[in-house]
Amino acid sequence: MSKNATSQNLSEESRAEIDEWVAKYPAEEKQSAVMGALMIAQEANEGSLTTALMDAIAKHLAMEPIAVYEVATFYSMYELQPVGKHKICVCTNVSCMLCGSDEIVSHLEEKLGIKLGETSADKRFTLKEVECLGACGGAPMFQIGKQYYENLTTEKVDTILTELDTTTALKAN
Amino acid sequence: MVNIEIDGKTIQAKEGVMLIEAADEVGINIPRFCYHKKLSVAANCRMCLVDVEKVAKPMPACATPVTEGMKVQTRSAKAIAAQQGVMEFLLINHPLDCPICDQGGECELQEIAIGYGSDTSTFSEQKRVVKDKNLGPLIATDMTRCIHCTRCVRFGQEIAGVRELGATGRGEHMTIGTYVENSISSELSGNIIDLCPVGALTSKPFRYTARAWEMEQRNSIAAHDCIGSNIRIDVRRNAVLRVAPRDNETINECWISDRDRFSYEGLNCSSRVQKPRIKVDGQWQETDWNSALEFVSSNLRTAVDKHGADKLGALVSPNATVEEMYLLQKLVRGMGSNNIDHRLRQTDFSAQDLAPTVPSLGRPLAELAQLNSALLIASRVNKEQPIAGHLLRRAANSGANIMFVNSEHYDFNFSVAEEIVTSTAGIEQALAGITKSLLSSTKKRAPAGLSALLKTIMPNEAEKKIAQQLLDSKESAVILGSQHSRHAHASTLQALAGVIAKLSGSTFGCLSEGANSTGACLSGAIPHRGPVNESRENPGLDAQAQLANKLNAYMLLGIEPEHDCADGENAITALENADFVVSMSPYTSATSERYADAILPVAPFSETSGTFVNIEGQWQTFAGAVAPLGETRPAWKLLRVLGNLFELDGFDYVSSEEVLNELKEHASTLKLNGKAEWRCPEKLAGADDDLGTLGVSEYSLDCIVRRAPSLQGTPDALESNAQNNNA
Ligand code: SF4
Ligand code: FES
Ligand code: FES
Repeated sequence: MSKNATSQNLSEESRAEIDEWVAKYPAEEKQSAVMGALMIAQEANEGSLTTALMDAIAKHLAMEPIAVYEVATFYSMYELQPVGKHKICVCTNVSCMLCGSDEIVSHLEEKLGIKLGETSADKRFTLKEVECLGACGGAPMFQIGKQYYENLTTEKVDTILTELDTTTALKAN
Repeated sequence: MVNIEIDGKTIQAKEGVMLIEAADEVGINIPRFCYHKKLSVAANCRMCLVDVEKVAKPMPACATPVTEGMKVQTRSAKAIAAQQGVMEFLLINHPLDCPICDQGGECELQEIAIGYGSDTSTFSEQKRVVKDKNLGPLIATDMTRCIHCTRCVRFGQEIAGVRELGATGRGEHMTIGTYVENSISSELSGNIIDLCPVGALTSKPFRYTARAWEMEQRNSIAAHDCIGSNIRIDVRRNAVLRVAPRDNETINECWISDRDRFSYEGLNCSSRVQKPRIKVDGQWQETDWNSALEFVSSNLRTAVDKHGADKLGALVSPNATVEEMYLLQKLVRGMGSNNIDHRLRQTDFSAQDLAPTVPSLGRPLAELAQLNSALLIASRVNKEQPIAGHLLRRAANSGANIMFVNSEHYDFNFSVAEEIVTSTAGIEQALAGITKSLLSSTKKRAPAGLSALLKTIMPNEAEKKIAQQLLDSKESAVILGSQHSRHAHASTLQALAGVIAKLSGSTFGCLSEGANSTGACLSGAIPHRGPVNESRENPGLDAQAQLANKLNAYMLLGIEPEHDCADGENAITALENADFVVSMSPYTSATSERYADAILPVAPFSETSGTFVNIEGQWQTFAGAVAPLGETRPAWKLLRVLGNLFELDGFDYVSSEEVLNELKEHASTLKLNGKAEWRCPEKLAGADDDLGTLGVSEYSLDCIVRRAPSLQGTPDALESNAQNNNA
């Protein structure tokens, strides 16, 4: 337990946002807000969590730090290492696999020059293998940010990547 | 009560209990890993699957409540198939490294695999490997062996009250650990070694020393606090290799503190003396027992003849057995001196004649868990008497208000209803405030003189709340913690605590220092009373006075005055100036070799038979677990011979039992009652008076614990050692 954790590492805004979640639950069930809190902290920290942030959440929600680590390590949507600007979560679970996710994965790996679980040197892309995202009807699929991309083909992947490229490039300018 | 049938046997079970409990009750064994009678039900290992009539699927016995007419098969084809299936799953990732595993031979996984598993597995894929965690100096990990029963996790949350271990990751990637590297800090942490059904969590100090089947198990009693936890000492070739708890529902349930578990390391340390040693012309020499005892008795006699018996003092550890204390006082008194004491860290003896004859908790230990409220004064109970802390934590969890008045803030592992943190002197002020508040709300009369003493006291909010809480509670207790005896005005604390208890209708008691303070008072190891409360006409000198008055001869039993006495430096000066000092101790040290003239190796608790009386008044007799090391002798034998050499009557015991019986003959007339005092304290410190500090590290309390390296490496010990160095 990091005994000296403070909520200092959480920004003022993050804390206010977390408190909105806290308000949704009975007062003695503060810890119910942990998932929302982790998401808020992660988004405010370029897409990943740190031990200090988790300790701060623990403190804020009056939980033992280990209980926060348990949640953060359980769900694949939380990142415990820094990630690239675009996190591509490719589903390789059964429906997607049957509909060709292997090809999508190798195409992505070739195109971005990184393997599953890696981040590109320019920190733009992270490639991540995930389990079923509940979109089997549109298999194969992946998720980038909050957006689902379904019925993927290699061509479609190329277009999506180019679009992302331009948006990043535009933003960079 | 409901009627159920298990394996054709009709039994009655309490409504609502789980099947596994009902089966355990009648001795029908159902295999289990995650279930533990003292922990919540997790039902995650599935080893306890049984076949329940009219239910399609096998049911987990640990999570299936009994119902009227239920028929259960634990060994039907369906049950066996389920058990073998679960076993196969559990072994998929288990490394099967039993030959190099410390748990081998006493492993629940091994046993259940043999009893309930099948002999082959259909699994041929790769096994996973989990990195080991460093949990500090006490607990070794081999996390690849973990079967995720979560007993250790639940123990942290439910019993230790600090959730340090958790299950991180998911599915195949789930591991048990702390996530960030951290030493486990609970004072009860060693219990997870017993709880872990496999070899994932084992004892670090014991690692790779012995196989379970090579050791013999001897029953004993823990020798470091006033609880008297029941322990088992595991012994091989006359060496103590480890310590584990023995179940005793009325005392330690199935737990023991880390101090009781790991202190044994000190028994095997290199500073044990193995032969009697005497100092002749400033030179130490080893000798045989006869000459050593001759040497000691003639020197003591010379000192007594020359300066009078009242120049002889005896100081004994509060961890000595009643037999040892009884004989030592009999010897010293036989020689004409009443100077004997075990209250080494106490400084205020002004009320010793008024205080309760023997320290007592004032109610049975187990009742602590049933309290509605308790006020603890000068106590860090969870570290000082971890089992009492555990019981109070149970009370707190079921809603009791546990309140403290302390000279320092401590982190407790339960919720504290009220905590007054003040200076050492401020404790008196706070108690005065509580007393005053009780006097005004109960309208009862105060003991003579008290109202005047409390005239200027104005109870603050916290004090009023504590008073009210004690008054409002059905079962309440006022308990003086073991730090209270080190308070410069201990008698004031005793008096006020007594008045508070009486006014609020609470029981009054204390948690004393050492394993046997209660036994010490019963056996007469105090200067003002003989055995079982017989008062003495001319009381002898208390521990501090013995040292301050610079006596000519001292007998020390089981102590190192530099660490064990209130003023270590002063103690050493007194001893160095004495004509003759005999140290009867398992250990030697550079300091003791400076002040002592003879060092007689006496047995620690593991090597002698003896009796401890715990704080609730239970006499617990134990046998020696191993033979004394080298030429070490049990202290009672040595004192008996000294008695003979002094030609005193009544020193012809042939066993420690005879000594005990002689004492008990009188003791049977004495009832332990934590009677509260009803008197006005003589003095009341001002809030700003400087009365020093009260804390002594719980891991430096006695000579054995101080020599246990693993305990010395725990966060608790390191923290308090660092504090002491800064002080
Ligand atoms: S370490 Fe032991 S007690 Fe803890 S979950 Fe694993 S097997 Fe169970
Ligand atoms: S298997 Fe890919 S979304 Fe369900
Ligand atoms: S003992 Fe019943 S599921 Fe583990």
